[in-house]
Amino acid sequence: MAMKYNWDWSVVLCRAPEGVATGTGGSAAQLPGGTSAFAGGAAQTFDTGAHCAQPYFDWIVSGLGWTVVVSVFAWVIAFSVGSVIGVSRTLDQPWVRRGATTYVELFRNVPLLVQMFLWFFVVPELLPKETGYFLKRQLPLPEYWTAIVCLGFYHASRTAEQVRAGIEAIPRGQTYAALAMGLTPAQVYRYVLLPVSYRIIIPPLTSDFMGIFKNSSVALTIGVLELTAQSRQIAEYTFNIFEVFTVTTVLYILITLIVSTIMRFVEKRLHIPGTIALGGN
Amino acid sequence: MIKRLGVLVACLFAFAVAPAGAAELYGTLKKVKEKGEIVMGHREASVPFAYIGPDGKPIGYSIDLCNKIIDKVKNELKMPDLKVKQVPVTPQTRIPLLANGTIDIECGSTTNNLTRTQQVDFLAVTYITGTKLAVKKGSGIKEIEDLKGKAIGLALGTTNEKAIKTVAEQLKIDLKYHMVKDHPQGWLALETGRVDAYATDDVLLYGLISKSKDPSKYEVVGRFLSYDPYGIMVRRDDSAIRLLGNTVLADLMRSGEMQKIYDKWFNPGPTNIKMPISADLKKAYEIQALPY
Repeated sequence: MAMKYNWDWSVVLCRAPEGVATGTGGSAAQLPGGTSAFAGGAAQTFDTGAHCAQPYFDWIVSGLGWTVVVSVFAWVIAFSVGSVIGVSRTLDQPWVRRGATTYVELFRNVPLLVQMFLWFFVVPELLPKETGYFLKRQLPLPEYWTAIVCLGFYHASRTAEQVRAGIEAIPRGQTYAALAMGLTPAQVYRYVLLPVSYRIIIPPLTSDFMGIFKNSSVALTIGVLELTAQSRQIAEYTFNIFEVFTVTTVLYILITLIVSTIMRFVEKRLHIPGTIALGGN
Repeated sequence: MIKRLGVLVACLFAFAVAPAGAAELYGTLKKVKEKGEIVMGHREASVPFAYIGPDGKPIGYSIDLCNKIIDKVKNELKMPDLKVKQVPVTPQTRIPLLANGTIDIECGSTTNNLTRTQQVDFLAVTYITGTKLAVKKGSGIKEIEDLKGKAIGLALGTTNEKAIKTVAEQLKIDLKYHMVKDHPQGWLALETGRVDAYATDDVLLYGLISKSKDPSKYEVVGRFLSYDPYGIMVRRDDSAIRLLGNTVLADLMRSGEMQKIYDKWFNPGPTNIKMPISADLKKAYEIQALPY
């Protein structure tokens, strides 16, 4: 049977309520009729006054903004913590190595959704009362900080594995040669291992960076109003569910395309001629 | 003359009756007749409206009402062995699944509002609830005004969220909003002191309290900040199924059976929710018991 559904793409363009009477509202009232051929079985309707009751366009923009902010900050944490942990996993000190391995296994093996929940609801209860109270009530935007930390630490475990893989991909002979030349272990990492290994792992780092953007949607479970949360919100307000999520899908694809373009550029810029194959093309 | 008049009357009578008898089925009833099954969409944790019972089957107040309507459908279509398929739905899926024909009738706890009516249709109001606040006892909060500068938990995309934000804006009360994904998380936020109050439909608040670790520590306070009339959803532009459904509900309300079904689920009900019928709902039953 034909789907009974009123398509109305204009909801995603709703601006601040003042504009309803003149701008978007007027044209939108006619839109459902105009698009009925597309829908097949549109039910006749008219503006109940609920149309554009909220600035849905601004909600999407704000959601998109939070997705980007949360993901970028989380990536900074993931990259720095991940680098430290990844390098630690290749060091000679067994205790450091074991600690880093524990970190990776812990954060990589627990589902992100569960981690989000633990950071938000359980960690403040385990801390001393004042600290917990600070986290819960005094810290501005607690859910956003929690999401950034949680996503950052989760992705750090993945970055760490890539950093380790990059370092281990370099023949051991290079380390021995560097040590034989009188470099300290720190200098070996700084001047020999890391410059090459980071270049090797740019492709997996790119996928992971995109992964952060997509995983940031999990933060909606603790109340972060990012892109997916806002879409669900708009869907609940307007019931133009298919339209809203189509727009969101396109936006996520756009974000990841931008990320992969930037990373490809970085990869090209940092490419050492003659060392590794230039990926992506 | 008399004879002629008789013929005329007979003709009129034939005209009036014949089309009705030969009326073609359409919409939901046609689909049900053709497929040989009716699909009931139900919620899984809307206690006590529609939830999964001990034997894994959906039960509840709305489910009972839906079953009465389905019985009537079986009668009307003369299909006593009509297959009844049950499909679980969520707040996010209930409207698209009804619109695209996956389910034929939705039995849960859906608030009837104008925006939703652009996509679906509602039967008579079967329950009346509204937004209230749940707080910890001894918090001193009695009304929304007492929440000035404090934190309140709201479930994302609920009618309650809209209601609270509207009231707060009108009264110029400065509130800190904490958005949660669902009721259990909102409750956890209240329990752990992340928020000072959690707002949703009062019937759901009583349900949450009855299921909490220590029900004596919480209370529902304040006036109704919005009215939320619940209704069973059917597809839009389908007067036939709506008439059929509303006839069943009106009959139940008129005969007093509705009150019995209410008491079965709410007073005290299998989950011990202990909510005697409100004056509003009692009135709604009386008004909606439309005469023949």
